[in-house]
Amino acid sequence: MSTTGKVTGIVSNLVTVQVDGPVAENELCHIDLKGTKLLAEVIKVNGDKASVQVFESTRGLRNGDAVEFLGKMLEVQLGPGLLSSVYDGLQNNLATMEDVFLKRGEYTDPLDREKIWEFTPIANVGDKVVAADWLGEVKEGWLPHKIMVPFSFKGEYTVKEIAAEGQYKVDDRIAVLTDAQGTDVNVTMVQRWPVKVAVKGYREKPRPRRVMETGVRVIDTFNPIAEGGTGFIPGPFGCGKTVLQHAIAKQGEADVIVMAACGERANEVVEIFTEFPELIDPHTGRHLMDRTTIICNTSNMPVAAREASVYTAMTICEYYRAMGLRCLLLADSTSRWAQALREMSNRMEELPGADAFPVDLSSIISNFYSRSGSVILNNGQTGAITFIGTVSPAGGNLKEPVTESTKKAARCFYALEQNRADQKRYPAVNPIDSYSKYLEYPEIIEYLDSKVEKGWVEKVIRAKTLVRRGKEMNDQINILGDDGVPMSYHESFWKSELIDFAFLQQDAFDATDALCPLERQKYMLNLIMDICDKEFKFDDYEQCRKYFKEMINDLRQMNYSEFNSKNFKEYNNKLNQLLESNGN
Amino acid sequence: MATKAYQKIYTHLEAITKATVSLKASGASNDELATVAGRLAQVVKTKGELVTLQVFAGTEGIPTDAEVTFFGAPPTLKVSEQLSGRFFNAYGSPIDGGPEVEGEERQVGGPSVNPYKRMQPDQLIPTGIAGIDLNNTLVSGQKIPFFADPDQPYNQVMADVALRADVDKIILGGMGLSNDDYLFFRHAFENAGALDKIVSFVNTTEEPPVERLLIPDMALAAAEYFAVDKNEKVLVLLTDMTLYADALSIVSNRMDQIPSKDSMPGSLYSDLAKIYEKAVQLPSGGSITIIAVTTLNDGDITHAIPDNTGYITEGQLFLRADSDTGKVIVDPFRSLSRLKQHVQGKQTREDHSQVMNAGVRLYADAQNAKTKLENGFDLSDYDMRCLDYAKDYATRLLSIDVNIKIEEMLNTGWELFAKYFSPAETGIKQALIEKYWPSR
Repeated sequence: MSTTGKVTGIVSNLVTVQVDGPVAENELCHIDLKGTKLLAEVIKVNGDKASVQVFESTRGLRNGDAVEFLGKMLEVQLGPGLLSSVYDGLQNNLATMEDVFLKRGEYTDPLDREKIWEFTPIANVGDKVVAADWLGEVKEGWLPHKIMVPFSFKGEYTVKEIAAEGQYKVDDRIAVLTDAQGTDVNVTMVQRWPVKVAVKGYREKPRPRRVMETGVRVIDTFNPIAEGGTGFIPGPFGCGKTVLQHAIAKQGEADVIVMAACGERANEVVEIFTEFPELIDPHTGRHLMDRTTIICNTSNMPVAAREASVYTAMTICEYYRAMGLRCLLLADSTSRWAQALREMSNRMEELPGADAFPVDLSSIISNFYSRSGSVILNNGQTGAITFIGTVSPAGGNLKEPVTESTKKAARCFYALEQNRADQKRYPAVNPIDSYSKYLEYPEIIEYLDSKVEKGWVEKVIRAKTLVRRGKEMNDQINILGDDGVPMSYHESFWKSELIDFAFLQQDAFDATDALCPLERQKYMLNLIMDICDKEFKFDDYEQCRKYFKEMINDLRQMNYSEFNSKNFKEYNNKLNQLLESNGN
Repeated sequence: MATKAYQKIYTHLEAITKATVSLKASGASNDELATVAGRLAQVVKTKGELVTLQVFAGTEGIPTDAEVTFFGAPPTLKVSEQLSGRFFNAYGSPIDGGPEVEGEERQVGGPSVNPYKRMQPDQLIPTGIAGIDLNNTLVSGQKIPFFADPDQPYNQVMADVALRADVDKIILGGMGLSNDDYLFFRHAFENAGALDKIVSFVNTTEEPPVERLLIPDMALAAAEYFAVDKNEKVLVLLTDMTLYADALSIVSNRMDQIPSKDSMPGSLYSDLAKIYEKAVQLPSGGSITIIAVTTLNDGDITHAIPDNTGYITEGQLFLRADSDTGKVIVDPFRSLSRLKQHVQGKQTREDHSQVMNAGVRLYADAQNAKTKLENGFDLSDYDMRCLDYAKDYATRLLSIDVNIKIEEMLNTGWELFAKYFSPAETGIKQALIEKYWPSR
């Protein structure tokens, strides 16, 4: 007999329930609104009063309405068919809902129960297995989707039966396992997992040792993110957060991409639905949608499900990581999630922390970021979750609780700057404030030495220094005037502009420039650094400005041309001639 | 909304604040409407037996023995073709002397469109204003506010945009409109002979501020009727959303909620998003486009209201007075249309985005030159050319009194580039330079 209760208080989506039995923190319940069942989650218990947050609109709910507790936490279903799906924050399949409008209490199945999958066994009868070990495999499109021992299984099991190669539905039994006590358990292709609990089931979590390519120069070269690493993109609105994130989603070097649209604009998600099925993954030539799962809780969808959406997304990533795959999780925006926590904390009349956010915000964020990372699985294979979140700081001020908490948790910082956006210098990533801690990792330095060229990181740091010095020189020029400074100041400033315009800036809407592979980045940076290493002779600053502008123009035309194409080489020649006309 | 015979009447209030009353009542449902001493109110909180109601018209003069009657349903609007050409107050009652509207009664503030069922907005809305069409192109299904100081002519610009836009219906949601502005809109619509395609919901400054909270929901319920049921292209004008947000903060304050930034409720983002996200391109061809006004305090966009708005809307149109030309311009740096790339170069000429970017970049160089000039430094030849260009650019393209076709805007752009700069200085793709650079 499960616990039941009655509604005794309502403030927006926070409902107080008088309960008649035991309830657990984070336990789910159904509130009966004239026959419609609204899903809710326990967030606080005080005596026989449970405070629950309702994942739907509470319009029309009354005191006295019946509540039934479900005896489980919010969980997701994990199995073949997750890829290419579009879910809401609670993993309802949005594509199979019929109405144009979202109906309250309408819950759809996340997995297709009828679809036939080609199963191939991996484990053999008699094998000893533990949670997350691979039992078999189905082809989910191109992806070898492993059917695993459910993560919730504790201790060692023996494979008693394993299904033969053939066609099965997700709910068909594909294995029988015997636990240490000799009890038999059936395993299907579907398992359930509570989203707020991190999936373990790997041997170790080593330091990241590879760079994940994104095709964005200011990231890959200047502030690379490691595979299994973490990064975040704070920035005021209108600075190109979403464009940058979409670029990473399109071009990121990963097997599986999960995008959590968390409290953001619905039209941005529509853009993904519309574009991704058409676009091709540059690394594999397959359709982008084939590797993408979208979790969307747009800003007008119920606030409580926003928090759930990021956890649902992370759990799906953890599931694919356990198959030895490289996952990329993009969450836009984690600030909306923090605001959802704030709304709830506010309604519960908790004592607020800074800016009325809950006091445990920082620990919630860092716990979440720590679920990403590279892992070595029990069978020695590797998998990774790279996580990049965006942050929408109030008023564009980076000294606010969400940005500060995230800065402690994430290793890469891509600061989008209003000033750069105003000047249409996109991506508006500030080249001086942004950083990647991974550039200090010996493993990453070594990796780049062999992947790009010996001494690459050193070269990158030299380029960064040139940019910084150029900006300082510009400040001096602005204070002292064009004539008030030596010519070397102008030259140094224009060298930084050269790096900025020809390398850091990138046109995300140009088919060629949008994606710049590491190989091409290497060519361009070398070309640019060779120019910067030269000493030039100018009669006056006007000549210097003109000369550099012309070089910038040639380099930009190169960026717009196919790598090593005829056009590309022509501009390159033009640039060389220009270089020969001045200096040594 | 007459009182029905079987309804229970309560006659004892436990507590009264400026915007809310609380009483002991049973069976009240969340969001349901009620009357308190004849004034319309809505359930916002229940705690045990105690029900708290937000009284839209304010609680001045309400006694503790006021009569309270519950309606059993949230706010509704009667929708039909009869809405066209009419003016209503925040409760959906006519204020133009005409008869009550007959039609299906629908709840306002209804559910969201399933994001998966939305279509990508891709239809251009030309306005003739180059600061908008050239630099910040509007698309049907978009939601975008004007950010403007109170002294900017935002209502006029909005009326211009609305009347020039090719849409089937225009729905005006006026919140805290001054009586003069209300009459301005009325006359503007009448003079344009467009009255039959306009529906207005108006709360003027003479009416209680909390009533405003109903305006967007009413306007959008009407918009959804025309867009969803009739497959029409609907443009919704909401002015002024800052006054709407102020009303939100009044209510949350009276309910003892902990304020977040700028004394706004912590739920401001969700409250605003619920309104703006009603903008949609439907698969059936109907659409709702929202153009709003958010007034600023001295151009401060870091205040919680414009800040949250900016994160929700698909860009913003920033109006400011330009001291160089004495005109009101659409600021090219602070303005943005996030959906512009869906139509630029697709429904407009191929050179659109490059002309736009080059134009703005050179205008930015002019601002740097201006700073140098103000600091008393000598200007280079390039600086001088930039400054001259900026004046021309502001007058001929950025000013809100421009009314030309997009192709003409692009040609003007090329003309100005050629007049002041060399092709290399514009940084435009070579192929386009070859095709469009004006020959002398």
